[in-house]
Amino acid sequence: MKTRVLAIDDSRTIRNLLAACLEEAGFEYHSAVDGREGVDAYPDVAPDVVITDINMPNLDGFGVIEELRGEGINSKVPILVLTTESSADLKARARAAGATGWITKPFDDESLIFALKRVTGAVA
Amino acid sequence: MTGSIMDTFFEECEELLEAMDAGLAAIEEGDQDPETVNAVFRAVHSIKGGAGAFGLDDLVAFAHNFETVFDDVRSNKLQLDEKLIQLLFRASDHLSDLVVCARDGGQIDEAHHTVLIAALAEYIDEEEEELVFEPMGMGAAFEPAPLAEVQQETSYDIRFHPLKEMFATGNEPYFLFQALADLGTLSVKLDDSELPGFDAMEDGESYLSWELTLVTGESRSSIEAVFEFVEGLCELSISSEGDDAAEADALAALNAAFGIPLAEDDAAVALPLEQPAPEPVEASAPAEVEAEEVPDSAEDAVVEKAAVAKKDAAKSSGPKPTLRVELDRVDRLINAVGELIINHSMLAQQIANLDASDTRDVETELEGFKNLARDIQEGVMAIRAQPVKPLFQRMARIVREASAATGKTAKLITIGEATEVDKTVIERLADPLTHILRNAVDHGIEAPENRAAAGKDKAGEIRLTAAHRSGSVCIEVKDDGAGLNRKKIRQIAIDKGLIPADAELSDSEIDNLLFMPGFSTAKEISNLSGRGVGLDVVKNAVTALGGRVSISSVPGEGSMFSIILPLTLAVMDGMVVSVAGHTMVVPITAIVETMRGNEDMINNLGSDGTLLSIRGSFVPICDVAGSLGLRTSTTNEPAGVYLLVETENGDRCALAVDDIHDQRQVVIKSLDGVCGNVPGVSAATILGDGKIAMILDPESIVTASSSAAVFDTDRRMNNAIAS
Amino acid sequence: MQLQAETKHTEHSEFVSFTVAGQAFCLQITQIREIRRWQPVTVLPHAPADVLGVMNLRGAVIPIYDLSARFGLQQTEASERNVVIVVSVNDKPVGLLAESVSEIISIDPDDIQETPQVDSRNTMDFIQGIISQNDEMVRIINLNAVISSPEQVSL
Repeated sequence: MKTRVLAIDDSRTIRNLLAACLEEAGFEYHSAVDGREGVDAYPDVAPDVVITDINMPNLDGFGVIEELRGEGINSKVPILVLTTESSADLKARARAAGATGWITKPFDDESLIFALKRVTGAVA
Repeated sequence: MTGSIMDTFFEECEELLEAMDAGLAAIEEGDQDPETVNAVFRAVHSIKGGAGAFGLDDLVAFAHNFETVFDDVRSNKLQLDEKLIQLLFRASDHLSDLVVCARDGGQIDEAHHTVLIAALAEYIDEEEEELVFEPMGMGAAFEPAPLAEVQQETSYDIRFHPLKEMFATGNEPYFLFQALADLGTLSVKLDDSELPGFDAMEDGESYLSWELTLVTGESRSSIEAVFEFVEGLCELSISSEGDDAAEADALAALNAAFGIPLAEDDAAVALPLEQPAPEPVEASAPAEVEAEEVPDSAEDAVVEKAAVAKKDAAKSSGPKPTLRVELDRVDRLINAVGELIINHSMLAQQIANLDASDTRDVETELEGFKNLARDIQEGVMAIRAQPVKPLFQRMARIVREASAATGKTAKLITIGEATEVDKTVIERLADPLTHILRNAVDHGIEAPENRAAAGKDKAGEIRLTAAHRSGSVCIEVKDDGAGLNRKKIRQIAIDKGLIPADAELSDSEIDNLLFMPGFSTAKEISNLSGRGVGLDVVKNAVTALGGRVSISSVPGEGSMFSIILPLTLAVMDGMVVSVAGHTMVVPITAIVETMRGNEDMINNLGSDGTLLSIRGSFVPICDVAGSLGLRTSTTNEPAGVYLLVETENGDRCALAVDDIHDQRQVVIKSLDGVCGNVPGVSAATILGDGKIAMILDPESIVTASSSAAVFDTDRRMNNAIAS
Repeated sequence: MQLQAETKHTEHSEFVSFTVAGQAFCLQITQIREIRRWQPVTVLPHAPADVLGVMNLRGAVIPIYDLSARFGLQQTEASERNVVIVVSVNDKPVGLLAESVSEIISIDPDDIQETPQVDSRNTMDFIQGIISQNDEMVRIINLNAVISSPEQVSL
């Protein structure tokens, strides 16, 4: 079975880039356009891994992680944070919220796949 | 693939830039809502993110500076004052330029770029400034090793002990090992010596360690990259054969400190790792983060929750769901509907020609067909319709820039931003509107001291209005400046030989001299309206869209440009007429009234002028066939039918045609690229019999015959276009 | 265009020959989209003598030129016997009125002769070479010179 990815990002460009790369690599790609939609879509998509942006309308990335890890959903799947910021502070905040790892934008296909590999093992 | 994603990026940029401008405008108006600031921040941020993906470094760097300043605004480190708002506007304009440069490959204005970066940098404090110049590296500090190169293989000993916090983040040792296995040959040994008896086991505690041996040609940093996400969440040591003795000793000491026996009899976990993951003991450990361990998170959580609640409230009043469709598809559909309408007329004509005794039923059905076709056509055209808001927002920038360049103060007020107009019309309106607005600031609005002297507010006001008016779109630009100097305009027109010195012109005719080619009232070429182009360019652009432009003015109170455009570019209601044996179409919108001609209506005026009397008033007659050069004018004979039309500046004229056939919807086929500009003709259409008919432009037919002076210049203009 | 016809083709090229005002002309077969029988066209007001008007070609409006008038010969009295040769200029269809189509000529590019210098400059520009066919001279039309670009046709 294909590894199922839920990508949450308000940028169409980034979503398209992710979709192109992930589908090419054989992942099953699902997406949401903001944090709220992402959290709402989570139960239906039941992804193996979540990739989320930080700066988004209607619930930002930290909010997404907190809600997914929180009692209601209690998700154990890896969550990767997409961020242009490489600041240690931001990573620490994301990790404290329960993020598994991060992908720094701009990302290339290899680093994206590498990041996924480290948190999900099997690629696609 | 990347190309189309890049297209998406630029499309998205346009939306983001619009959102940014809208946000900034709201902030300028005094909007204090943090979400407004957030929205602008996100727009800039998204542009930066996308630009990074395509290596658009200038764009990334500038967006980063912009974003950094905005981040401080967002976190209330910076106060938004008038000066900063103006800078942000300029930065937003520049960002939009950079996007255009990136898309179309133009040159950026380096000097301006540098000045703005410096101006933004003033707002960025020292600590953050380091960030500003941080190069945007590839993701994850990870450089994939070149594949072609055969590298010396090294054996690394890796000792890995996850802390319990690691499991709360969803990291899984097994996957890390899998990633390591990709780098070379890996052997894994589980060290469960720390595992207490079952009764003593604590929930969530981490007892296991691993010893791994990796033989690889990859560098140590590649190995470290694998553990990037768990840095600080595990105890990790990596050593290689090549490491010096001291390090090896240190490792031994460390191992000893952990009480790890170096015995070989520990259970070895066998690879391959392609097998399904063994159920890791850790997976059952509850993933949780204890708030006490992360001092900030509790507080953050409260903030985030508050934000969530607010955004949820905002969501309910959010935009309607939309569907993005390629423009090509819509245009194909529009063409198909056009063919359907033509097909209908052909069918109707053939039924009319049938030698059938009773066609009433068929005609009723055909009427239904016609109505359905019209519904579809309107529906399809509505897809192409877009609000003028983004266009108007761009104009705000034009006024800002023009004000800055002229040292005048002008404020743009936009009205009717939600008015929807065909997409192509909006696109092609940008240039003429830009020109008119620049003109309004440059020539319309007076210098502040003159305004003060005239008892006006120092800041000029320009109103940009869009509205639907009887099947047309009306766009007006009204300034509260000094109004047109008619004496001067007239003199210039005479000096330039555009009109005879003794020409008798009404105020409105003088005002509209401004649209003549080669007319420019600025004595010296100014930065703005100079450049050798006059308002004739505006007129041409609007005419090309099937529209009309005119100007009116009240001395001391200001001037107003009016642009009237057809709602759609594809279909219009037309009156089918015959002119000297040719079938032609006159737009219904232009016709006030039609009447059969008779001798009593004709009145001669002078040697060759004729007037038509209608209920006691007289209007000039214009013979369409004569005006189009299809036959010698015979205006003193009564024509079959007169079409009373009204021109843009309110003058009435009777168009003489031989006969009228019917009124119907016609599909507009542009003559652009077919035969250049044809005087008196705006476009063509295909009739029911498959023949092409010219669609007449009453305005230009009337102007061509109403006054000799104007006729001459108009012809000159047409020649200029044709050549 | 000229170079292409003269040097690039080592294999035989095919030309369609037709008559205009009694003289034989030809166009490369690849330049021609289709040939249609003449049908009355819609006149364009104020059009010059060599622009006959516009025609409906499957929903597209295309301009029709009178080749004869274009070459400075007498205007053609178009009738049912005449043909409209539809060619592509800058990817836009344009119709050319000719008296009649004669035949398809297959010719070695080496056999194309340069146009001898004659006085009539106007005609010279429109002809890019000549072919001898059955002892008759067939003039190869330089399409781009005849219709430089539809927009440039001054009205």
